[in-house]
Amino acid sequence: MTELLEHPKLAPDEPATIEKVAIVVSKGSLEGIYPALIMANGARMEGIEADLFFTFFGLDAIRKDRYEKIKVATVGNPGLHMPTWLGALPGFSALATKMMQSQMEKIDIPPIPEFVELVADSGAHLYACKATVDMFGLAMDDFVPQVDDIISVGEFYALAAGGQIIFT
Amino acid sequence: MTITLIADAPVDVDTEGFLTNSEQWNEQIAEAIAKANGIAELTDRHWLVVRFMRDRYLTTGSAPSIRSLGKESGVPVKELYQLFPKGPAKLAAKIGGIPKPKGCI
Repeated sequence: MTELLEHPKLAPDEPATIEKVAIVVSKGSLEGIYPALIMANGARMEGIEADLFFTFFGLDAIRKDRYEKIKVATVGNPGLHMPTWLGALPGFSALATKMMQSQMEKIDIPPIPEFVELVADSGAHLYACKATVDMFGLAMDDFVPQVDDIISVGEFYALAAGGQIIFT
Repeated sequence: MTITLIADAPVDVDTEGFLTNSEQWNEQIAEAIAKANGIAELTDRHWLVVRFMRDRYLTTGSAPSIRSLGKESGVPVKELYQLFPKGPAKLAAKIGGIPKPKGCI
């Protein structure tokens, strides 16, 4: 005898779409920062609310003195498929960065300073992590004007409430 | 693909409601799609963006990125999001009767 079983609804209380994301940016390399910016921009393009929380070396992405100088990590990066000693040669990281940036420009991905501005203009909010700011002895003045505030982890969780958290 | 009636005209649309044949588009259809997507009235600024998207798609075969939309359409990114809060590139493409933009940027 066959019986038609009614399938239980999958997660009935979950909305079918993501409405909000909070993205934690913890790395200061080019390949650490871009995915976060691309995901934040992509969220806004879909009408999804987006908050970015920059912590540890991720803060470099919003530091006035550093955000134009973000480099690809050429040492300890197995994804590059080359010997570590080669990646450690002087100027190698700058070269790899230049090459990657020219590839990105071809597919219309902006350089980091322009991308930070684009993401902020699109309505995403940018926050610096208070613990890291205190640890490095930084202040609001050290950050690009697009940064909304310096907030604690607790405040970040409050902002992220009701959405998805992405750690990069 | 299904055929649906927008502004009394039968048009081919995909599952998300994007026109799959851009030649079936007209301004009445644009206004009807805008209304159905939360934009009560298309202003001149909306039209500027919609026409830019559509022209770019018809001449190059792909819709512009949000970056070039903000740089070249004459409407800056901040305003794009005020005009189309649920996603400027996506919504302007839908209203302009062209396929959903495929790029990530």
